[in-house]
Amino acid sequence: MSAATEIVRLTVNGDRQEVGVPTHFTLLETLRYALGLTGSKQGCDKGDCGACTVILDGEPTLSCITPVWEAEGRTVTTVEGLASREAPHPLQDAFDLNGAAQCGFCTPGILCSAAALLERTGDPTREQIKEALAGNLCRCTGYTKIYDAVEAAAAAMQNGASVGGASG
Amino acid sequence: MSNNGRKIKSDWNLIGTPMRKVEGLDKSTGRALYTDDLVFPGMLHGKILRSPHPHARIVSIDTSSAEALDGVHGVVTGQDMPTTYGIIPWTPDEYPLCVDRVRYVGDGVAAVAAVDEDTALRALELIEVEYEELPAFFDPFEALEADGSTPYVHEPKKADWNGNVTKKVHLEFGEVDELMDGSDAVVEGEYFFEGSTHTAIEPHCAIGLWQAGGGFQRQDGESSGKLTVWSATQVPHYLHRELARVLEVDQAHVRVLQPLVGGAFGGKSEPFDLEFCVAKLSMITGRPVKILYTREEVFYAHRGRHPFHMKYRTGATAAGKLTSVDAEIVLDGGAYASFGLVTTYYAGQLLCAPYEMPAYRFDSTRVYTNKPACGPKRGHGSVQPRFAFEVQIDKLSERLDLDPIEFRRLNFIGSNTRTINELRVTSNGFMECLESVERESAWKDRFRKLPFGCGLGVAGSTYITGTNYPIYPNDMPQSGVQMQVDRSGRVAVFSGASEIGQGCDSMVAYIAAEELGVPLDYVRVLRGDTDFTPVDLGAYSSRVTFMVGNAAIDAARKLRGMVQEAVAEEWDVKPGEVLLAGGLALWAPDTERQMHVKEAFNLAEAKFGTLGSTGSYNTPKDVHGEYRGATIGASPAYSFTAHVAEVEVDVETGIVDVKKIWVAHDCGRALNPVLVEGQMEGSAYMGFGEALMEEQVFKDAEHGRAGLHDAPSLLDYRIPTSLDTPELQSLIVESIDPEGPYGAKEAGEGPLHPSIPAIANAIYDAVGVRMDRLPFSPPNVWRALEAAREADTLRKPILNPGAGAPTSTPELVPGD
Ligand code: FES
Ligand code: FES
Repeated sequence: MSAATEIVRLTVNGDRQEVGVPTHFTLLETLRYALGLTGSKQGCDKGDCGACTVILDGEPTLSCITPVWEAEGRTVTTVEGLASREAPHPLQDAFDLNGAAQCGFCTPGILCSAAALLERTGDPTREQIKEALAGNLCRCTGYTKIYDAVEAAAAAMQNGASVGGASG
Repeated sequence: MSNNGRKIKSDWNLIGTPMRKVEGLDKSTGRALYTDDLVFPGMLHGKILRSPHPHARIVSIDTSSAEALDGVHGVVTGQDMPTTYGIIPWTPDEYPLCVDRVRYVGDGVAAVAAVDEDTALRALELIEVEYEELPAFFDPFEALEADGSTPYVHEPKKADWNGNVTKKVHLEFGEVDELMDGSDAVVEGEYFFEGSTHTAIEPHCAIGLWQAGGGFQRQDGESSGKLTVWSATQVPHYLHRELARVLEVDQAHVRVLQPLVGGAFGGKSEPFDLEFCVAKLSMITGRPVKILYTREEVFYAHRGRHPFHMKYRTGATAAGKLTSVDAEIVLDGGAYASFGLVTTYYAGQLLCAPYEMPAYRFDSTRVYTNKPACGPKRGHGSVQPRFAFEVQIDKLSERLDLDPIEFRRLNFIGSNTRTINELRVTSNGFMECLESVERESAWKDRFRKLPFGCGLGVAGSTYITGTNYPIYPNDMPQSGVQMQVDRSGRVAVFSGASEIGQGCDSMVAYIAAEELGVPLDYVRVLRGDTDFTPVDLGAYSSRVTFMVGNAAIDAARKLRGMVQEAVAEEWDVKPGEVLLAGGLALWAPDTERQMHVKEAFNLAEAKFGTLGSTGSYNTPKDVHGEYRGATIGASPAYSFTAHVAEVEVDVETGIVDVKKIWVAHDCGRALNPVLVEGQMEGSAYMGFGEALMEEQVFKDAEHGRAGLHDAPSLLDYRIPTSLDTPELQSLIVESIDPEGPYGAKEAGEGPLHPSIPAIANAIYDAVGVRMDRLPFSPPNVWRALEAAREADTLRKPILNPGAGAPTSTPELVPGD
């Protein structure tokens, strides 16, 4: 059964995309189903958990409750777009190094919230980190290691250095 | 601290140091694949129609209009899979889809597969089910009193039995009544533990793929096909068995794959309707079929923590030694058995450490009700009694004017001993746990001394490190690992362990790297596929590090032996003098003599042929008592935990602000301290959520549809956000277990237990009010504060240490 579809134009992780999707699609559905970008997760599909958080024109945004036409002509960054060609984003490296991703299902959304925070505030306090992540539920970590990782990444970005050394 | 098998840290290169996880970067870059991320050509989407009634007979189901809908490829009902299943082989009481009766709001009755989700949802609306509603049971006590005049939740197993009873356990050890009567102080209390659910952030998801033809034959010679199921499960092996049995496919033709799992906590530790439905729908349609639960469905699938109604009597001598413990517990089980048989035992069996109990009796009864089935949630069956018991101890300590940490020390059971119910305890670091939290929280200077409204509370606990007996009786190993090394120096580990976020894939990699001397990034872990990994029974009961870890050591050491032998031959030295470490083979007497590990592997391959090995682990048997049920709770090792919680209570609003929890946990040895701390923090966080916020509750007839889940969303079922969560400090204690891998025991579940009673006891220290019912939410706390205000007992309790014997005859502490 085909629903009415429309063409949406948006920039995702630096790529200009033109994609035909059912008119009722959310941004999350467009990313996952139409563009194959499965990094952004669906934990509730209702705006409650934050697993689907992406960065829309610099703002952390719940893609599961964002109708895709709201992203028309705008710029989206997902977890897949955080790394550079040379290296993971300092946050990604810090999450790995600090054990901040246990099951990892909340991680893409948390990274997007944290990346947007670090864009705004280079050296956030722990309180600011907590505020920035208040819309991202993590059921595994108790958040402690996530704060450690965000702080480590912020410090590394301030010093222009990388976060961690070799593995093991 | 036990020294058995103790090795000093420097004996290991990697073990004990912070390390990355093997899939860490995949998870932080979005490359990690979970079940819902997989898409197959021609894949259909399935949906399950669920009962709107808590208890009803299915009179008829008409699926014809749904089947006629354009885009619908298949519809199934209970009649298509009329075989019961259940995780416990003795209590199979669920059908993949209900056949003749629905037992809770949300029970599945039919499933469709269609070209997309929207079409599948429209098809569900076209299915006509005629129900005959039946009176439902919501209250376990009413269910216990049922006389059969209306249908029980399940048919009674014997004519005169109450079909609402899943299981009854009564066990008694020592002279309970005599010792109770002779006690200097007896505390009696009634407690209620509200149910809670797991809420892993990943909803359950499964994909079925049926391949017809291909010459596959069933054992009876009938032609079969081949079934592949991907699932977000914690128990691929049990799923494998149940799929084969229920769908009548030869086990040899069933393959279960487990992509990365986005959290589980016990909520994915048995087969669920969606796994059978995707398989059956794929058999019917010949196409791959995916079902992803909505968040609401996750709440219906549940299997979360049972609500427990508990009564405890606890006696002690004037000097503060426990004398006797007597418990009566009613478990509200929901509609199906799930792990309930085990839960009913765990409710009593796991309480007998870390304190010595001269006498103990428990009576526990699990009752069916018309609500989503309860099951195992992190700390299965033992978190609830632990809450009650640790509060009882706090009350006793106060009655006897003893510091509650001191009271716990006085009653320490020790290491290398047996509990009153004859469980074998080996390593035991509980005293160090107490010491750590006492020191770090500045307990001595602050307990009973903080201003009114602020308080500290302590609690302790123990938990199993796996169970000695598997779910289905067999003598085979509980865990197996296969390893091979190749000519590049790489090590491939084939592991059937279930990675649910706890880090077990990394754990086997650490062991392979440690034992074979390769850098960690030389290790590949091949996992999550019953076609090529040895069986591991699953990620439950905190068994994985201990069992899979020992199996991995076994496999790795066999390979290491071959490599040592080959290098020794090359150098003309003794094999025992060859070390493998840091990517090199070295000669111990003179480590200047060395070669790259790749070269060493090549020598071994030349000598022995292609290099591979298997390792396995099985549990010790016959280390339990002789009574019926003695095997339940028997574990190769027990972990120990102590927490101190600090709270501030707002006496006007009833808001409890948990400032900090100090978490000390004896994990045997921390193979990777970062991951152990992660388990400790995550556990304490989850306990905190249950203590303050979480309630799995249902509507009654006056407030909507009776039996309907009150809050099946992540907004209304409140779990702690970053802003709610207190500061958590982990304090690792290492008792070095004689049988654990490098001395390790569990860390994933034990550290949840004390959070809840520690917070309850801290509330008492703050305002002198006992919270014997969960959760300690503002309305509940406010009501307790109001009652105390009226009774004029709202004040800071006074500690009078060393005052000794109670001044009055035992006075009962009334429960509510
Ligand atoms: S999936 Fe978007 S908030 Fe949960
Ligand atoms: S790491 Fe599992 S939900 Fe956050």
